[in-house]
Amino acid sequence: MTKALKIVVLAKQVPDTRNVGKDAMTPEGTVNRAALPAIFNPEDLNALEQALRLKEQNPGSTVGVLTMGPPRAGEIIRQGLFRGADTGWLLTDRLFAGADTLATSYALATAIKKIGDVDIVIGGRQAIDGDTAQVGPQVAQKLGLNQVTYAEEILKIEERKTENGERKTIATVRRHIDGGVETVEVPLPCVITVNGSAAPCRPCNAKLVMKYKYAMCPLEVDANSECGMRNAELSKARPYLTLNQWSVADVDGDPNQCGLSGSPTKVKTVQNIVFQAKESKTLTASDADVEGLIKELLDEKIIG
Amino acid sequence: MNNVFVYIEIEGTQVAEVSQELLTKGRKLADQLGVELHAVVAGTGIKGKVEDQILPYGVDKLFAFDGEGLFPYTSAPHTDILVNLFKEEQPQICLMGATVIGRDLGPRVSSSLTSGLTADCTQLEIGDFDDIKTKKHYDNLLYQIRPAFGGNIVATIVNPEHRPQMATVRSGVMQKAIYEGKAKGEVVYPEVCKYVSPEAFVVKVLDHHVEAAKHNLKGSPIVVAGGYGMGSKEGFDMLFELAKVLHGEVGASRAAVDAGFCDSDRQIGQTGVTVHPKVYIACGISGQIQHIAGMQDSKIIISVNSDPDAPINKIADYVIVGTVEEVVPKLIKYYKQNSK
Repeated sequence: MTKALKIVVLAKQVPDTRNVGKDAMTPEGTVNRAALPAIFNPEDLNALEQALRLKEQNPGSTVGVLTMGPPRAGEIIRQGLFRGADTGWLLTDRLFAGADTLATSYALATAIKKIGDVDIVIGGRQAIDGDTAQVGPQVAQKLGLNQVTYAEEILKIEERKTENGERKTIATVRRHIDGGVETVEVPLPCVITVNGSAAPCRPCNAKLVMKYKYAMCPLEVDANSECGMRNAELSKARPYLTLNQWSVADVDGDPNQCGLSGSPTKVKTVQNIVFQAKESKTLTASDADVEGLIKELLDEKIIG
Repeated sequence: MNNVFVYIEIEGTQVAEVSQELLTKGRKLADQLGVELHAVVAGTGIKGKVEDQILPYGVDKLFAFDGEGLFPYTSAPHTDILVNLFKEEQPQICLMGATVIGRDLGPRVSSSLTSGLTADCTQLEIGDFDDIKTKKHYDNLLYQIRPAFGGNIVATIVNPEHRPQMATVRSGVMQKAIYEGKAKGEVVYPEVCKYVSPEAFVVKVLDHHVEAAKHNLKGSPIVVAGGYGMGSKEGFDMLFELAKVLHGEVGASRAAVDAGFCDSDRQIGQTGVTVHPKVYIACGISGQIQHIAGMQDSKIIISVNSDPDAPINKIADYVIVGTVEEVVPKLIKYYKQNSK
């Protein structure tokens, strides 16, 4: 038996840490996001795919993309809509800035409460800028929800009657554990985090790209840009082109628990990595050089 | 009160090596702070079976929770145990493995206690901290040192106000050693039901399948590692051959794993395994910081790379400039010829 699910995908716009330049960090030791190319966090795309599959398998389900960041993170919602999400929310406010994982999870949890009646919160296992894998479980704990981390695939969702006649919806999830795999059953509502080795996300759908191309959050709209002008022109007749944008006040958040002030961890120092260069011996690929090296290592009993 | 805690991970009744590594580190931190080292373990049927794997690493007190449903691990019961135990014990530091379990459990505990948690630390030290904004001075904080930003920088993180200061550390980063000093070695078996509510046991593990590690990359004295420059999964075959003749193990860079050339359990680096071998042969590895962080303590580093300016060459003892296709078969050939 299927069930209409309300699914929220947690997605983050991340600096592409594969291309980091000199201005990547501010003097305070937080990330200078403006200096780096911004991408959809890869594992969040795997999570989006799982959400979209659930939507297809469970008629009547909806998928919304929840993200937090500066106005330009509205791009994450558009990318979600292009692939089949129904809606999205951008949490943006200066008070959210400088958040560590705990303050981030507080903000996301308040937004999820505001969205209300969510069956599944699903996100990538971790983001490539921090590699912490903390936000998913921290959100789950704040909301008092069960969690399944390191998920590979949501195998099924089914409604069952419990012994006392209650109806429960149970998700069966296959997950990776150290050195193996596990299959678990978790009652909804729950939080699931998805691995990068899960099924890749489907590409953007051309029709949806046409539909949502000019969708923007209010703060993103720059009346001087072409996109901004098109948005201003079209959004009156097409309200779906105005994306949801929430501040701390909009989600009834406590400013003391948000951003830098809500973050128990502080960055003491940040250093560039300098490895101690060694004096190395350079050899060619010639037989004499390679044999010479092997003999040297054998003579010195470095290899046996 | 105010002690150093280590969460002990188990598979059945087998204590994870990373937990023993953290006990050794935790002991050093406790000695430096003049406090005790405490350990907490939770499982099913563990009484009498795990203590000997935990106490020799310098534990003053072990809290062993033994009850139905505590193995295989699920998030909620273990979270309840730590949260309620920490409310009583008020530890100043809590360390966990940066494993699937540690990274599932740590954030829940920190979220519940609103304490700071730093993932994947590569160094832990004790030191002072002056908050520039509030002008407050703090003594003896835990410096949680970790690479950030894809390994391009190293950040030192502190949690000035919140306790416990929590950190996870990957397997192999710290090194375990039986404690030579005197520790109290007390063991208590608290009643599980006083810490865990019955509702916590809602997630059911249908099947749990763990295979013993197929290789001992972490402990191997010789590591032959391949990077993106190996070009393919087939390219890795010659590394397995070289590793076999040298009695070593094969490792890989993140780029090679991401490209599907090699299984992820062989990944070396900040987001993989840290190795400390006698000889490290890097084949077709350019040497991104994230990789170097996991192998820089190798005694002898040999780099095989067609690019004479590859970053890894700077930390190598020997650089062979040439293609892996040409050099690796020669290494095999001349080792076979000369080793007898």
